[in-house]
Amino acid sequence: MNVDKLIESISNKSDRIGRKVNLMEVCGTHTMAAFRSGIRTRLPQQVRLLSGPGCPVCVTSDRYIDHAIELAMTENRIITTFGDMMRVPGSRGSLSLAKARGKDIRVIYSPQQALVAARKNPGREVVFLGVGFETTTPLVAWTIQNAFSQKIPNYSVLCAHKTIMPAMRALCDSDDVRVDGFLCPGHVSVITGAEIYQPLCREYHAPCVIAGFEPEDILLSIDMLLNQIISGEASVEIQYTRSVTTEGNKLAQDCVNDVFEPCDVPWRGMGVIPSSGLSVRSSYKGYDAELKFPDIRVNEVKRDTGCRCGDVLRAVITPSECGLFKKECTPDNPIGPCMVSSEGTCAAYYRYSRIDE
Amino acid sequence: MCLAVPVKIVSLSKDRYTAVVDAGGVRREANVAMIEEPQVGDYILLHAGFAIQKWSTDDVKEYNEIIQRRENSSE
Repeated sequence: MNVDKLIESISNKSDRIGRKVNLMEVCGTHTMAAFRSGIRTRLPQQVRLLSGPGCPVCVTSDRYIDHAIELAMTENRIITTFGDMMRVPGSRGSLSLAKARGKDIRVIYSPQQALVAARKNPGREVVFLGVGFETTTPLVAWTIQNAFSQKIPNYSVLCAHKTIMPAMRALCDSDDVRVDGFLCPGHVSVITGAEIYQPLCREYHAPCVIAGFEPEDILLSIDMLLNQIISGEASVEIQYTRSVTTEGNKLAQDCVNDVFEPCDVPWRGMGVIPSSGLSVRSSYKGYDAELKFPDIRVNEVKRDTGCRCGDVLRAVITPSECGLFKKECTPDNPIGPCMVSSEGTCAAYYRYSRIDE
Repeated sequence: MCLAVPVKIVSLSKDRYTAVVDAGGVRREANVAMIEEPQVGDYILLHAGFAIQKWSTDDVKEYNEIIQRRENSSE
């Protein structure tokens, strides 16, 4: 179905529902795709898209950034990272600033490149900054398995991997915002499979549709969510059938389960969420940068900047309700991570939103 | 960060986990260790240098139709 017909269908269904519905796109890639394509501006006013906590860079704590920078301070270490992390401010600056001061911090495209760097630099320690959800975690797990099997001792991961379901559950438990349905993350679901969202339907009666990333995919997913709301049902449906299956990618799941185990971790704006993080299992402890370099100790430093990224990540406010947005906080001078990341909600609003949003 | 794009396998190395893929005319290396039985000619979903899923010919056809409709509507 083409975009115009989908918009018409959504408008008709919105009229039938006759009230405002809040649909949350959990994934930062969906947030950016919805803004970039302009479909948000074509939706009826009663259908509201909320941006959730699915940008991994945005939910990573200041302490983690400080820890990464502290690791970079030693001459013998090479820090490798995805580019999104570079400009995220910690309490003592950013990785970008540390690199400008001469520290060896390298932006890489794939975690495998970090392993290659370790092989090429046997006299130096290579640390990869392991940030990301289920889509990315198997790749990092693979590097650890291979470092182990190929006996590459100078490689490790500073792990801040998270899983999305505990955060979605925490949002449902919260009184802050009412979510009428979830646009579930497409590429996370490629790995996990569709079944993981069943508790949201059973326990919270929340409709779930796993969406693809083309404008037509997102609109069709919204249409499917409205169908569920009209019928009073709550089930898990897959719109993104060309990539997502019920059971997910077993090879990737096995790799993750071999290397990582669940742990409690803090999320920016959401506090500590039980079993929402992943830490390196003791069988691979030599590849856990936190254990490997115990001399590096970093405490959480509370910064009073007025940044409300935490509220944005819980969809309690939109970026324009933050006093810093487009004033002190801009892409050139980001105060919080949601303005830095290419998938951050504040960055998306800054680039694409209408004045009244 | 969870961006992934469809690409086509054009060759496989002997180790069976490294492939060369065609990404819109650009050739690059990809790790295919996370998918079952990769074959030359398969379309795969590539995320951060790793294949995370295989697409069937129907999936590729559906995707091409979506892209075609998008292109037509923007003309």
